[in-house]
Amino acid sequence: MPGFFAVALLVLKKDLAIEAKSREIAYTTLFFAVSCVMIFSFAFVMEDGVPVDGAAAGILWIAVAFSGTLALGRTFERERYSETLRALLLAPASRPAVYAGKLLGMILMMVATEIILTPMVAFFFHAPFFARPLLLVALLGLGTIGFAAVGTLFAAMLVRTRTRDVLLPILLYPVTIPVIIAGVRGTAALLQSPPEAPVATLWIGLLTAFDVVFLTLALWTFEPLMTE
Amino acid sequence: MMDFADVRLVDVSRHFGRRRAVSHVSFDARSGDIIGLLGPNGAGKSTLLGMLATLVAPTAGTVTYGGQPARALGAPLRGSIGLLAHELYLYPELTARQNLEFFASLYGLDTGRVVPAALESAGLADRADDEVAGFSRGMRQRLALERALLHQPRLVLMDEPFTGLDDAATATVRARLQSLTAAGAIVVLATHDLDLADGLVTRVAIMHGGRLVADEPAGTGLRARYRSLVGN
Amino acid sequence: MMKKLFVPLALITAAMFAYAPIAIANVAYQSTMLLVQKIFYFHFATWMAMTAAIAVSGVASLIYLFKGSKLADWYGVASAELVVVFGLFGLFSGSLWGRKAWGVWWQWDARVTMATMLVLVFLGYLMVRKYGGPGSEKLAAAMGIFGAATSPFVYKSVDWWRTIHPQTSVVRQLSDTFPDAWYLVLYCTAAFLLLTVLLLTARVRLEAMRSELDRMYLAAED
Repeated sequence: MPGFFAVALLVLKKDLAIEAKSREIAYTTLFFAVSCVMIFSFAFVMEDGVPVDGAAAGILWIAVAFSGTLALGRTFERERYSETLRALLLAPASRPAVYAGKLLGMILMMVATEIILTPMVAFFFHAPFFARPLLLVALLGLGTIGFAAVGTLFAAMLVRTRTRDVLLPILLYPVTIPVIIAGVRGTAALLQSPPEAPVATLWIGLLTAFDVVFLTLALWTFEPLMTE
Repeated sequence: MMDFADVRLVDVSRHFGRRRAVSHVSFDARSGDIIGLLGPNGAGKSTLLGMLATLVAPTAGTVTYGGQPARALGAPLRGSIGLLAHELYLYPELTARQNLEFFASLYGLDTGRVVPAALESAGLADRADDEVAGFSRGMRQRLALERALLHQPRLVLMDEPFTGLDDAATATVRARLQSLTAAGAIVVLATHDLDLADGLVTRVAIMHGGRLVADEPAGTGLRARYRSLVGN
Repeated sequence: MMKKLFVPLALITAAMFAYAPIAIANVAYQSTMLLVQKIFYFHFATWMAMTAAIAVSGVASLIYLFKGSKLADWYGVASAELVVVFGLFGLFSGSLWGRKAWGVWWQWDARVTMATMLVLVFLGYLMVRKYGGPGSEKLAAAMGIFGAATSPFVYKSVDWWRTIHPQTSVVRQLSDTFPDAWYLVLYCTAAFLLLTVLLLTARVRLEAMRSELDRMYLAAED
């Protein structure tokens, strides 16, 4: 029987293979994220063409959260189609490993979105995102892991629920509020001149703690939640 | 991989809220049995198969495999169970080969050996690298069957396995099931096609409204017996 | 045991709440806000009750998810409802207080924001329970566990958010000056916690009766 990481990688490779064929989730998620940013621009750029102070950080994280939720829904919709999630649970593979594989795929998807969005937001909002690149990467990376960890679990547990599309955001956003606050405030701190590195580091600490707690919780509760 | 000689359900029930899907079902399935689980739609056959597959937990009663409950046996038990469900469990975006290779790897099997044999068995060797989305129902059914049997499970659970199959394919599946049980497997086959069940199954379990209304060796006059118990 | 204690506890709680306004009226004014500040005694107690309910919901949800104990599930939903009830009461009383003290109905004060978010989390619990279809008790349990787990993070993140860019808040000044009225705060908190216990018990009994009804319904079919 394959071990934990072997199973996770198998699931990840399978998802990447599927995605590579149509790239449907990738394209639609990215396009949605870009539309989000455009819409926010209309709201936050004032008559004189100058964006509201500090809007850039918020816009980036909201676009990431919204597009992430969309991608979560679409990814698990695929597993629902032929009930293949059940087949995964039926295999003698460790259930948390299946979760881990799905989580890795989700993180990759969100990172791809962030790679496109961050320069885009920096460009439109004249925001110096890249003053302290390592800290920014840490913030985005840790925030993505936290959001995806909770999101993957919730999306998986809702897969057989009729109202899953509307319930996912209702459940996910309140629980991941600390991630959004930490991400936005940390990023905003980095956008100050000069960048407030200690503040950003504080938020990175919070995100790390959040990730550890919630990854553990998710791995632990995945199996009982997925069995009927 | 484990070898158990029987699967036993003792007073098993499953309800969803106030709806009783399965009600006080008890039976024994032994090595070499092909049990025909018959009944109209909504009788609880799929739920029962789900419970046998350990995917659904009963709300009352016990399911034991060789005397042990699923919880005690853990993940290796799942390596001995094969389920061909109504939904087929195939990824439409992947090719036949990719589907089989994925599941074979997941079950820890030697893909080089097992996958070509399965493709051959399904009669899909020439369509191996075509996406499943483009397959007919019959082709998908054959592929799904092979996927369910890749790991040579001890307990073979099938929900309407003959859907979409032509006569030749049906005959192949029947022969396959018979050879599986000759090797010691336990087969539970849910269907509402009485003609196909007749002559194939060794025992008949008829469900109606969540209950088991008959559990007897297969004999003649299956259709009449069924009608008398279930109506039409 | 709870059945026998229920009525005496209810009487005690009622008595405490009956006396509370008198005690509050008699305690010395704590600040320039004079009378209005006295909302604090109930307001703070509500917050304590809400926190207790969050903890109960989290633990009960854990027990239900891993042990399948129905009783734990009932405690989970009962406490989730109380989180929302006490939370909303806290927000309402806080809003009234804020209007009088600061002239605005809403303030992005750390604690107000935090309470609002936690109410949202447990409203989510109730939503999934109601609209999640069969098996939603398990999904709600996940929400209870994750909701309780996120509470300290919500607390910390909102706290840092509001204090790194500091803003004068009357609430903080009051915390420093309440030693005189400390006993009154404890008294009101105790009253609210007793109320929590009573409400939990009553609500759990309701769920138990519902479950019994389902069981009888199913048994009747046999």
